[in-house]
Amino acid sequence: MAATLKDATAIVGIGQTDFAKRLPQSEKELACRAILAALADAGIDPGEVDAFASYTMEETDEVEVAKAIGAGDVTFFSKIGYGGGGSCATVGHLASAVATGQATVGVAWRSRKRGSGPRPWKNTAVQLPTPGQWTRPFGLLRPADEIGMLARRYMHEYGATRDHLFNVAMACRNRANANPAAMMYERPLTREMYMTSRMISDPLCLFDNCLETDGALACVIVSAERARDCRQKPVYVHSVAQGLPAQHHGMVNYWNDDPLSGPAWTAARHLWKQADFGPQDVDVAQIYDAFTPLIPLSLEGYGFCGRGEGAAFTEGGALEMGGRLPINTGGGGLSEAYVHGFNLINEGVKQLRGVSTAQVPDAATCLVTAGEGVPTSAILLRS
Amino acid sequence: MTTASEAAAEAAAELLLPVPDEDGAPFWEYAAQGELRVQACAACGRLRFPPRPCCPHCRSFDSEWRRMSGRGRIWSYVRPHPPLLPAYAAQAPYNVILVELADAPHIRLAGNLVTSADAPLDSVDPARLRIGARVHAVFTETGGMAVPRWVLEKS
Repeated sequence: MAATLKDATAIVGIGQTDFAKRLPQSEKELACRAILAALADAGIDPGEVDAFASYTMEETDEVEVAKAIGAGDVTFFSKIGYGGGGSCATVGHLASAVATGQATVGVAWRSRKRGSGPRPWKNTAVQLPTPGQWTRPFGLLRPADEIGMLARRYMHEYGATRDHLFNVAMACRNRANANPAAMMYERPLTREMYMTSRMISDPLCLFDNCLETDGALACVIVSAERARDCRQKPVYVHSVAQGLPAQHHGMVNYWNDDPLSGPAWTAARHLWKQADFGPQDVDVAQIYDAFTPLIPLSLEGYGFCGRGEGAAFTEGGALEMGGRLPINTGGGGLSEAYVHGFNLINEGVKQLRGVSTAQVPDAATCLVTAGEGVPTSAILLRS
Repeated sequence: MTTASEAAAEAAAELLLPVPDEDGAPFWEYAAQGELRVQACAACGRLRFPPRPCCPHCRSFDSEWRRMSGRGRIWSYVRPHPPLLPAYAAQAPYNVILVELADAPHIRLAGNLVTSADAPLDSVDPARLRIGARVHAVFTETGGMAVPRWVLEKS
């Protein structure tokens, strides 16, 4: 029988720093603090860490991190590209490494000073992630402009409205209002605030965009066998997938024949194929929300509804507590913190431990997704 | 004292220029001659965009650049507002449109809808922006390069 990752590993520790628009510590210090907090949560000595995974956009490299936290000999390290598309793949890579015996204790992390640091789109010399010659001169400068283009077309094709996007923003904000760690804790949103806020890239307004955040998060992955002896209830990595669709173009998928069928669809096919359960069995989801339109697109891609039905899915409180699919229960990138989606991973773990600030009763399965619109990744967690 | 139009012209001069790569260079060379051309496979004839070294359908490395009629329709559009790079902020909110080419609807080019080739990026009344609207290509000279822009067909 072929090797399988199914439930072979578990997340046994999570850690995070404060989230704020401006933190005094360096990215390196924030990374170390989050990683040490995750190891302490797991009850594992930092000297036992022998695997690291993060994003190619992570500026604190594993050599520095390993040295600072006092890791032992490291036998596996990996970095995943495409910004927020890499979040869940960090867990996936470590799960693969641990399950195949390449390492025993893996740490995934993301540290970011996006709140007080520079915006990547301001560096015009770095023409990433798209071939900039075809977009940048025309003023398609920022991720919001690129996703706004898909959003407008999506609204046109399927009758989605700004009210649907508001449903997404509101669900995330409501969860953040219950989460003391969230940047938008105790800062309610109203429909009027949403509808009258300034535009960033029409049709996307201020509240359709994620937060600019300083902060770091980490999690610890070990074998399922070892997880049983750890301090916390294991959260098993049930299925993992990455997705780079045929003829995909990062951020500007409108050069694809079918631009509204993005990387989520590719990742989802593999994710569900490896799983013992399907979308109808997911108790709670953490769906990458750098921009509100990514939620309806992802709901369709991951099979929670049919093509073109993602916007309608958000109606009637479906994404709220007690709804059909509560999402982003810590507040997500829109209202908790935008740390390239890593907070969604840790929030998934909290849900399956039963300790979320917006706990879904008896949650036993959770989908976590990475950035849609770029080569992506996803994981299914179960308790 | 500079007039508003002079200020706009100055700002436009600071817009980002295309930085062609090896695969894309012919597009910009044809643009300098006022021609809108798209890369096609010389073996199987399929058009592809963005340009790249070989055909994803037949894997041939032979390509040619086929002249387009320059006509198309707006597939989608956005209107960026600040924060933006200064030259763009000066004209914001402007429009960026995606045009699906009449000759090859699966090929979509980003550009700006303007009232004439050299008009500012915000020269078209936003009320006239509409998915499906027919447009055609014009070329403007900026920083020594010819850049395609789009004007509405007469309705």
